[in-house]
This record gives sequence, C-alpha cells and structure tokens, in this order.
Amino acid sequence: MSKALTGKALTSKEWPLWEVFVRAKNGLSHKHAGSVHAADARMALEAARDTYTRRMEGISLWVVPSASIVASDPGEAAALFEPASDKVYRHPTFYVIPDNVKNI
Amino acid sequence: MQPINERALKLGDDSLILGQRLSEWCGHAPMLEVDLALANIALDLIGQATLFLGRAGDPDALAFRRDVLDFRNCLLVEQPNGDFAQTVARLFLFSNWQELMLRDLCSSDEFGDIARKSVKEVAYHARYASEWVVRLGDGTDESRGRMIAGLDWMWRFTPELFEGDAAPLRGEWDARIDAVLGDAGLDRPKDSRPILGGRKGHHSEHLGHLLTEMQFLQRAYPGATW
Repeated sequence: MSKALTGKALTSKEWPLWEVFVRAKNGLSHKHAGSVHAADARMALEAARDTYTRRMEGISLWVVPSASIVASDPGEAAALFEPASDKVYRHPTFYVIPDNVKNI
Repeated sequence: MQPINERALKLGDDSLILGQRLSEWCGHAPMLEVDLALANIALDLIGQATLFLGRAGDPDALAFRRDVLDFRNCLLVEQPNGDFAQTVARLFLFSNWQELMLRDLCSSDEFGDIARKSVKEVAYHARYASEWVVRLGDGTDESRGRMIAGLDWMWRFTPELFEGDAAPLRGEWDARIDAVLGDAGLDRPKDSRPILGGRKGHHSEHLGHLLTEMQFLQRAYPGATW
C-alpha cells in the first residue's frame, strides 16, 4: 500500500468530485458513467467500483479529478459548433457502396 | 437425525452477523459513497451466509428462527458498530482473517466451491478496510484518535479467531495487520485478557439485541413471505 493514501484531504468537509469512466468489455473505449466523491484516488476507484460496476457493467475503470477536466464554454457554442451544421459533405454519405460490401 | 454441521454454522454465522451489523449503516454512513460500499459488503456477507448455512439446514430457518445460544459466530462480528472508525476496525481485523481462512478452505471438498467464490469478495473487503485504517490513522488528530479507540475496543476479540484449526493463520495475519498499522503510523494495540466463547454459544449481550431486530418479522409473522 502506498503512502499516498494519507487522509489529509479529510480535513475538508466536502470531498472532491471525480469523473468515472467504465469500459464495458475489451475492445470498447471507456465511456463516461457518472461521478463520485472521494478524498483520494484509491477511494475514488473503490467508490466507482461500488457505484457503477456492481451489476457487471465493466471490466476496467478510470477515475479523473473533475477539476482536471477542461470544458468548452457554452457561451462559445455558436462559434465552436454551429459552423459544422451546414457542411453535410463532411459526412461520408455521398459514396455509392457496392452491394457486396456488408460491413461499413 | 444427523448432527448439525457445526463448521457450516461457524462460517455462516460469522458472515451473517457481520452482514447484519454492516447493514445497520444503510442510510447513516458519512457519505453516499461509503453508504453504498458498506451495503455492498453487507450483501456479499449475507450471500455467503446463505450458502454456508445451506450446508447446515434451511438457511432462512437458521437465520431467523434460531435462538441466541445456538449461534456459533465469533464475538468480534457481533460487536456494535460504534462510530465509523470502530466499524472499520472490526471489518479490518475480521476480513484479513476471513480472507486467509477462506483461501485455505478453497481446496476443501466440503466448502471449496463456496470459498472460491467468497474469497474474492473478502479480498476486496480487506483491502477496503485496510485503506480506511491508513486514512483515518494517518489523517487528522480526531480521525487518528477514533481509529486507535476502535482498534483498542475490537482487539480483545481477535484471539478467538485463532482457536483450534485456525491457529496456523496467526503468523500471516499478524504480518498483514502490522504492515497496515505501520502505514497508518499506529501502534499495535496492547494484548489484554482475550474474550472467548462465541463458538460455543456464549455471546455478549449485543447479539441478543441484533437478533431481536433481525428476527422480528419471522417471529411475529412465522413463514411470512413477500
């Protein structure tokens, strides 16, 4: 067990928030499942395990301090996302797919 | 009539009584995440109890219609929850023992199937409790004081775990406990006069109160189902 598990963070009344990502099975990517409160990384992993994988939902977990996530600003949504809305040619839907190609 | 399987009773009653104790935290734990974790552990233990008691008879009848003198759990698991640190101390001391005991039981003809399933659950319980001992012991002055008090309270009930066949587990258990206490910066509690008797049905008064609550429904409405 590592000494990183000291409980100094317990002095604050509210534990920090962690985002939880679950991989459902090998080959799939980790998907955001929700969040947990925890004072340290090990506690966050265990809380995530108890909260999000108790019904066999996953085989691997990531936890990330929520404070480490950089989010886009909703106020900039127009500049960031709307220009894509009239550029349908970016979807690869203009190709004719041969009949014999099944998986695409 | 066949003699009742005493070994199955001991194994099942340990899990049942600790599971019931931990379930008392449901809705009262300091954080939602801790509430869920303790309830999960309680459910693991009650599942184990169902399997072990099933080898001694009808598990429901054994759990809900047996009198206190016929229970064979160790005294450690029936101790009251106290504060969170006392609950952690009990889970820490017991799960580390239970994991070693179940590991050896995996090769048994009689209980190997149950042990192989349960030992993984209990390895997690031991890890969970051990980490809390370090957090609380190496935390604030208050958490440290409470952790020391919790360990002191529970320590006198640990010699009972090593009676009879379980004696050889003592060395490995001591090493595991000492390693975690070392990480937590805590001293090993002083040995005092051991308190024994749970395996023979000589229980503390706490078990009677626990059973009163756990068995109420089946005693008041025999055979009730829902």
